Amino acid sequence: MTAGTGQNIRDRVAQFLKENRSDIERAWATTPVFTARRPADAAEECAELLTGLRHVIETGGEEDPSAGGLATVRPVLASLAARSAGGPSGSDRPDVTVLKGPLLRLWREQDLPEDIVHSGDLVLSNVLNTLRIALLEIELSAGTETILAQRAQLTELSTPVIKLWDGILAIPLIGTLDSTRGQIATESLLEQIVAQQARVAILDITGVTAVDTLVAQHLLKTAVAARLMGAECIISGIRPQIAQTMVQLGIDLGEVATRATLADAFGQALRVIGLTVCPDERGAG
Amino acid sequence: MTSVLTVQEVRINEEIDIVHVRQAVREVAVSIGFSLVEQTKLVTAASELARNTRVHGHGGEAKIDLEKADDGTTTLRLVFTDNGPGIADVELALTDGYSSAGGLGLGLSGARRLADEFDLRTAPGEGTTVSVGFRARKPARG
Repeated sequence: MTAGTGQNIRDRVAQFLKENRSDIERAWATTPVFTARRPADAAEECAELLTGLRHVIETGGEEDPSAGGLATVRPVLASLAARSAGGPSGSDRPDVTVLKGPLLRLWREQDLPEDIVHSGDLVLSNVLNTLRIALLEIELSAGTETILAQRAQLTELSTPVIKLWDGILAIPLIGTLDSTRGQIATESLLEQIVAQQARVAILDITGVTAVDTLVAQHLLKTAVAARLMGAECIISGIRPQIAQTMVQLGIDLGEVATRATLADAFGQALRVIGLTVCPDERGAG
Repeated sequence: MTSVLTVQEVRINEEIDIVHVRQAVREVAVSIGFSLVEQTKLVTAASELARNTRVHGHGGEAKIDLEKADDGTTTLRLVFTDNGPGIADVELALTDGYSSAGGLGLGLSGARRLADEFDLRTAPGEGTTVSVGFRARKPARG
């Protein structure tokens, strides 16, 4: 870099930011980044952001989004990012580029030699570009964290074992059965078979989008494990397109009982434990 | 003259990438008007081959192509490429019930049955390329 971004220029810019603090904050508060906030909060965030940026420029970290200098503005950025994450679309995403215009205008209004104005322009532009990158990074990592958290939640939530009757359990399998989720489903079903002394376990795959060989193998293994524990397994909810695909794929569920719907499987389960459903004689019929 | 348009490419490294492949394939299948049964076949075949690419090929790439022939038929082609160890005995690998990974041994042979066109290129030490084509039953609109 030339002397343009030398320490004296940085000091000059930092001084400008300090002396014109209130003007800059006032200009920033009217930009879309802050207008959605209550005026008091907006003023506070503007002040914090400006102090942070001044510190970044003083320490020469304006071109490095990962630098410690930006640490001082990270809390403000995190709050900006959190706001955009709450919105349904990207329309109200805070875009810090709008802060550049007012800042550069105020800087150019300073009565300064042309080369200093020019170099200062560069420093201020750089620091705001870096700020934008840092904000994007924070938004992205917040997104990744959300996805990871949701995936963990899904893994647990998607495998509830339901007691349909004394001795009859059902586990509705939903979505994509990868090896982790399949394993968890099997384990929780086998545990519940013991805990509830179940004699029939229904694996319902109505909500499974595709049954490939891995999923089929999983269903078979679960059925065998359940049988070893003395419970009969019924696979239900095999939809027409899945049945056709399974046949072409060559999957044979062998001795495992299958039913088209959960209701059919429940009826079969009741017969297995020796119960029948009959109309109530006192009923309207 | 057949025009080929590559719609999407997906890297396969992690288990979750298999889900990405399935989603991408389903999206394309829906966009060219495949029926529910055809979609399910396509997605299931994609799932098998993507898993093969990850498990046997130690990762690779899936490519989704749309081929438009002069007679108006559209073929959705999936090409799975890896630089893994390759397959020494192709015939054995395509035998129902043979698995080198403790599976059901129906993935590769099943995918061949599900697809309208199937092509397997491999040699020991030279990776594997599997290509499956699914013809749209009626000319795609647009």
